Amino acid sequence: MTSIHPDQLTAERLSGKGPQLPAPVPAGSGDGTLIDDPAVRVPLILNNRSFKDVTDIVCGYAENKPGRWWFPAFMTAFGIAQLGGLFILLLVITGIGLWGMNNAVDWAWDITNFVFWIGIGHAGTLISAILCLLKQKWRTSINRAAEAMTIFAVICAATFPGIHIGRQWMAWFLFPIPNYNAIWPNFRSPLLWDVFAVSTYGTVSLLFWYMGMIPDLATLRDRADARLRNNPEGPRLLPFLPVRIDALRAYIYGFLALGWRFSSRHWHRYEKAYLMLAGVSTPLVLSVHSIVSFDFATSVMPGWHTTIFPPYFVAGAIFGGFAMVLLLLIPSRELYPNMKDFITLRHLENMAKILLLTGMLVGFAFGMEFFIAWYSGNKFEMHVFLFNRVTPDFVDPRGAPYWWAYWTMIGCNVVSPQVFWMRWARQSPVMIFIVSVLVTIGMWFERFVIIVTSLHRAFLPGEWHMFWPTLTDIMIFVGSFGVFMTLFLLFLRFLPVFARAELKAVMPQADPHGHHDAHAGGHDAGHGHDHGHHDSHGHAHSKGGH
Amino acid sequence: MAAAGAKKLYVTEAGVPVHGVIAEFANPAATYHAAEKIRDAGYSKWDVFSPFPIHGIDEAMGIKPTKLPLLVGVGAITGVTLAYLMQWWMSAVDYQLVTQGKPYGSLVGEGGWESFVPITFELGVLFSAFTALIGMLALNGLPRHHHPLMKKERFLRVSDDRFIICVEAADDKFDPEATRALLASLGGTNIDLVEDE
Repeated sequence: MTSIHPDQLTAERLSGKGPQLPAPVPAGSGDGTLIDDPAVRVPLILNNRSFKDVTDIVCGYAENKPGRWWFPAFMTAFGIAQLGGLFILLLVITGIGLWGMNNAVDWAWDITNFVFWIGIGHAGTLISAILCLLKQKWRTSINRAAEAMTIFAVICAATFPGIHIGRQWMAWFLFPIPNYNAIWPNFRSPLLWDVFAVSTYGTVSLLFWYMGMIPDLATLRDRADARLRNNPEGPRLLPFLPVRIDALRAYIYGFLALGWRFSSRHWHRYEKAYLMLAGVSTPLVLSVHSIVSFDFATSVMPGWHTTIFPPYFVAGAIFGGFAMVLLLLIPSRELYPNMKDFITLRHLENMAKILLLTGMLVGFAFGMEFFIAWYSGNKFEMHVFLFNRVTPDFVDPRGAPYWWAYWTMIGCNVVSPQVFWMRWARQSPVMIFIVSVLVTIGMWFERFVIIVTSLHRAFLPGEWHMFWPTLTDIMIFVGSFGVFMTLFLLFLRFLPVFARAELKAVMPQADPHGHHDAHAGGHDAGHGHDHGHHDSHGHAHSKGGH
Repeated sequence: MAAAGAKKLYVTEAGVPVHGVIAEFANPAATYHAAEKIRDAGYSKWDVFSPFPIHGIDEAMGIKPTKLPLLVGVGAITGVTLAYLMQWWMSAVDYQLVTQGKPYGSLVGEGGWESFVPITFELGVLFSAFTALIGMLALNGLPRHHHPLMKKERFLRVSDDRFIICVEAADDKFDPEATRALLASLGGTNIDLVEDE
């Protein structure tokens, strides 16, 4: 019994001598992707899909009518966005006195919402850039939606400082544009760094997203073109308009696809450009939230003046961003046909693990802030942590009325992801969804705690002031969710939701050195995922490998 | 038709210039091996069309490494330089703004440059990203509204699941019969002539 070395079994299995693994979907592995055996290469796409299946499914989301849920969902989101827009209009007409902020708490919900949204926007580029550089092939199933989410989140984020400035019509003074007063912005202010960081981040994310979509837009163009050639009398846009839907598609997608024709000479430069975009986006994504944290860390406000802020903010951003990706993808994969073949339980489990990791990083940062407040011997700093945040006012008269915000944050951000230590929890979409909701709430409260609890009781007790949100505060925040969901629903409806070309490239039959010569025309037949055979083949191929 | 030394213009019976010959291949592996053979046969103006980048096709086709990284490097240096010069000129030369008694900022030496670092970095990234996308498109000759290949309905399937090799008539070694025979011998099917527009 004891004479068999554990490695021996693995070696025998890999060499084909020992007992082989059972069928591709062992019991208890969920949809077949939850296998813990490192010798098994878990399929990234389920149900032995062929290239054509992938094209049909992914393009189908943009071409076919969505389910009945889409239009009501869209109208609800759009209505909420309009409502938020009305309150922004009211704010611009009246002034930011409509918000609940005051002389002590002069940054309040608006900046909380800004940091909240910009944080959410970090997951997309993290998934596209950092996971790309780390050769994490599973990213291909989620990167497109996450990138889209990033851009929409940055749009929501940018709104808040834009309206916070008070005289919104002078927002262009944020940029170094020659002006009548012959002055320039103050380049020593972290707030100006923020303007550059956020606008660069938004622009580069948009470029990255768009570049990734070019081949997929070309596919949508070619499919519309092919349908139009076969049937020039296809459905019209409106019954009385002589405009064919497919002609419109071919034109719009064709315009956006820039004449992409899938040439390998083009692919060669494309992959290089993609890799370089990933390379520059990686430090970019880390820099953006670092710079956002400088807005706080470079001030001398107790509770803000902390060197741990940059990494702490970046970890929090990834944490909140992944939660939002999960909030969007878990319902999507239920609502759309066949989406579970691409977003498998394994994908969800991987993201749950990232939530657990980043949640612990954030928890560590909370602890470290506290430790440094004590260790520095700075009374003001310690007061902020001990009394503005932690101690409830009914326990100690020095305690602040915002203790519940602090404990909501701890409960949601540090405690709730701990359930992912349990296997069943991180393999259950419902559980992941619940934790993601909690994390999103917790991450909003984190920014609220940092901003409001620090400001409301700073140095002089005479300046102390509570902050309570007004209707305008609340409605503009709710409206930002409406904008976000409106844009995301439009994305689901009209654009390639998955990185189709990248998905195909990680499919087993895409390997040019596999034994697929034997099956003539075999790409239509759809090969099974031949695990053992594939792994013993000796080539570890990955996209853009050399 | 014998291969001519000088470049020869091929026309169809209807008098339309020929763009090239296309052949379909079954899967990435077949395409890869065919590409190696065509490369070894000495063709230069030809291309492989595939729904996704086939791993290692660059070597199989003998594609030289692209100059794009060089361009992006130039873009990054331009962004960094412009950003620094802009901040220095605006805050130390054109409009000297006193901030916390710190130096105005300098090109070299004296200090005050530290606060220019974040924006310098951001604009470096911004310029590199734009160079990567625009450079990639420019080197690829895109955007391009139309291409002779796109007139072929069969070619549209490349964006789905087909693998097509096209040898252009502009290639010195192109010969209507021999090239066709080569493609057929490599396993190409549905071999077809593509007319230029």
